[in-house]
Amino acid sequence: MAGPNPAAPAVAVPPARRRSRVGKSGAPRRTGTAYLFLAPFLILFGIFVIAPAIFGLVISVTDWSPYKAEQAFIGLQNYIDLFTPGSITFGDFWQSMGATGIFTLLSVPVMLVVPLLLAVLLNNKIKGGTAFRAIFFAPYVLGVAVIGVVWRYVLDTQSGILNYLLGLVGLPSDLPWTVDVPWAWVSLVGVTVWWTLGFNAVILLAGLKGISADLYEAASLDGAGAIRKFFSVTLPGLRPVMLFVTTTTILASANMFGQSFILTKGGPGNATRTVIMYISDQGLAQSNMGAASAMSYILFAVLAIISVINFRLQRERAE
Amino acid sequence: MSTSTPTRPRGGDDGVEGAGSANGNGSASGNGGGNGGASSGSGSGRGRADASATAAPKRRFRPRTVREAILYVVLVVVSLIIVLPLLWVLITSFKTDGDVITNPYGFIPNPFSTEAYATLSSGQQPIFRWLLNSFLAATLQTILILVTASAAAYALARLEFRGKKLVFGLIIATLLVPPVIFLIPNYLIVQNLGWLDTIWAISIPGAASAFGVFFLRQFFVGLPMEIEEAARIDGAGDLRIFLQIIVPLSRPALATLAVLSFLANWNDFLWPIYVLLSPENLTLQPGLSQLQGAYSTHFSIVMAGAVIASVPVLILFALAQRQIVDSVASSGVKG
Repeated sequence: MAGPNPAAPAVAVPPARRRSRVGKSGAPRRTGTAYLFLAPFLILFGIFVIAPAIFGLVISVTDWSPYKAEQAFIGLQNYIDLFTPGSITFGDFWQSMGATGIFTLLSVPVMLVVPLLLAVLLNNKIKGGTAFRAIFFAPYVLGVAVIGVVWRYVLDTQSGILNYLLGLVGLPSDLPWTVDVPWAWVSLVGVTVWWTLGFNAVILLAGLKGISADLYEAASLDGAGAIRKFFSVTLPGLRPVMLFVTTTTILASANMFGQSFILTKGGPGNATRTVIMYISDQGLAQSNMGAASAMSYILFAVLAIISVINFRLQRERAE
Repeated sequence: MSTSTPTRPRGGDDGVEGAGSANGNGSASGNGGGNGGASSGSGSGRGRADASATAAPKRRFRPRTVREAILYVVLVVVSLIIVLPLLWVLITSFKTDGDVITNPYGFIPNPFSTEAYATLSSGQQPIFRWLLNSFLAATLQTILILVTASAAAYALARLEFRGKKLVFGLIIATLLVPPVIFLIPNYLIVQNLGWLDTIWAISIPGAASAFGVFFLRQFFVGLPMEIEEAARIDGAGDLRIFLQIIVPLSRPALATLAVLSFLANWNDFLWPIYVLLSPENLTLQPGLSQLQGAYSTHFSIVMAGAVIASVPVLILFALAQRQIVDSVASSGVKG
């Protein structure tokens, strides 16, 4: 904090304006002090957020490779390649975008509905509610690698206990949970739900507790049953929390990496290789940094469009 | 920017009910479902209320117990789905290699053996180092976030200054950027700083927490102005107001941010895979993934690794369960 403060001198108040040292709210301006407080954060923020955001754009218009002394500017070639069928990156990139899309479409509904139902159950006044809440949340604190390693063992085709148990009750006992599609998708979605259901459930539960009991009382007087109340009191009351949970869940699913990396290694073939897996592999393992940076900006654009649509849809429903 | 950090605290946007208040909610609030069921029962019997006064409790009692029984059955089943795989891992970790192969589905290890743990603690995979590294990195990053984000949030919430809108706008804007954008440039930046394969790589870049600033700013804005103004009249400077008034009043929000930051760093996987190189510098998540590669056919050893990686966090979670869960819960409410 005591170190040099690059931000402060740059914004020293120019003499002409010095007369009005009062901000809009009427409080006196304390620009110097404010930037002293901001400095430690702004230094980190500048170096590791703002600089890389710009630097990434620069890299994306070069054929950047760590093995070359100088990087050549190649304009939008990386982007053009990504939209040109038959280029080196086109097929793999869009396949990985597709895999991410499949995972997101399959996982998000489950990751919303299952936690919502659990939250509704937990919202009853019952003994041990806190204990159940804690159990449901526990897998989340273990981290994706533990979850991946554990489930790889449970789901193993030959020696996994899941197939053994399925066999005991007369179901097929040789399902290729992690090595063939569509089973690999079922596994990835199931494991992700198992891992994060408590996370969404506790957020939704907090939202449920925020809905006034009077509303339920009034609905009861109007003769509404439990299901009617769920749709006309619970869901509307949850809308702001739901928007938040939906948005974060979509983004988390679109950024999925660890589950595929450990559970299926992106296979079979590259069927479950997500776009984050492909970008990180191209950029950091294959040293194809220019193309990988361009991919990350395309992904950014796609996610931005999806977020806007999601916001619009949910706002319309609210009106 | 540890790649998954900013969005990974997937509870993370606005939301500022402190752990304390959320806590109060949990225990005190009347509930929707239970109440609703009961009152609809009495509602239908309203017409002959007094006549059936003795029958009413019974009529209400039965559906309630049936309802409750179903409720418990569902909750217990889900709990078993959560717990049983973990229990299976624990059982397997105490089996011998031979036992896993000859009797893969036995529920009791035969013989009961700590061989897998012995192999791990003497082997080339320094799992206890990984554990330590994970704790150190997550703690360091959490402290950095708390210090830098709270100071920045104070300026943004309580001070008027030039460029405030620009700074705040930039911070908000980066909240919406997917972390993968920062992956490759930050790798090069960290490399240039000479931080590859050090703890700095996994704790400092991710400490630039735009989410943390935003989260605390929302909380600080909501604090009453009066105490601060009184202190100012008494001649207190900004540093004193920040340290002696704002920070103590914000303990619940700071605790929530600490929990979310720690979990995000602890869970981070993609970034450490690429920036950590030597075996002894790994954190648990990439380490465990590597352990799986090294002992892919020795299930008991990999499961022992999973147990070692899980037990300390699960103990921590059991101790601070209420605070951790309430922290996450409060991150989504108040949109």
